[in-house]
Amino acid sequence: MMRSLSAFIAGGLFGAGLLVSGMTDTQKVQGWLDIFGDWDPTLAFVLGGAILPMTVAWNIASRRARAVLGNDLPEKSGSEIDRNLVIGSVMFGAGWGLVGLCPGPAVASISWGGIGGLVFLLSMLAGMLTAPAFRARLSRMAAALT
Amino acid sequence: MEMDWIWGLIGGLMIGSAGAFYLLVNGRVMGASGIIGGLVDRSGWSTWAERAAFIAGLALIPALIRPFYGVPVLTHVTNNWPVIIAAGLLVGIGTRVANGCTSGHGVCGISRFSLRGIGATVFYLLAGGISVIIFRHFLSVI
Repeated sequence: MMRSLSAFIAGGLFGAGLLVSGMTDTQKVQGWLDIFGDWDPTLAFVLGGAILPMTVAWNIASRRARAVLGNDLPEKSGSEIDRNLVIGSVMFGAGWGLVGLCPGPAVASISWGGIGGLVFLLSMLAGMLTAPAFRARLSRMAAALT
Repeated sequence: MEMDWIWGLIGGLMIGSAGAFYLLVNGRVMGASGIIGGLVDRSGWSTWAERAAFIAGLALIPALIRPFYGVPVLTHVTNNWPVIIAAGLLVGIGTRVANGCTSGHGVCGISRFSLRGIGATVFYLLAGGISVIIFRHFLSVI
């Protein structure tokens, strides 16, 4: 129960931040990615502002054995930039540029994003559903090549 | 318009504070695609309540705040359906194959100086920029 309550608070604050920062407006996101158009630097401030408290949090986490609610803190992240990371990120970036929505803002703006926002979210969920099969196909292709 | 960067910074600090809270209280990395995707493909089913609560807050709180804005806040999503569907599929598959999106790799990864987070961010920013150049400036579909 406590875990769900704190997750709700975190999700709510995340969503409010996405709304306040302008990241639910696809024009601002595409404006940031459009370096040859009317470039909009807002996203740099959003990312910079978000990284600041997170850096402090990782620092605190590194000196703690457990999270406040008792479970383990995330293990150290891997350092390998592998095939899946590159292919997945390129696919994600291509889609992000096309419409200007990434997973967080797609959910946060669902109540006012209209039918377009809804179709995007459903397509994204469909993509997530097929991702395990896609991942398996990638490793089969890689195995066939070597 | 000229105040946008201040709102960007304030909103960014809120996003980072949410991630800090989720990390220190729940012990989890706040990655939107991971939280949602773990429910969709059932890989994170053992923590479904926590995930569902996060998603509920993410969808509900902005809906409650938005009416208090003096000006209408819009998403300006394109009405080109093939583009919307293709983009949604790419974002869905891509974030799950890469194991993270803007929040997980970008915000939470860069802030712990993770090589994977930084690498992913470089690749999705590059791909996003190229995508806008091709589809806006060459093909004029967005």
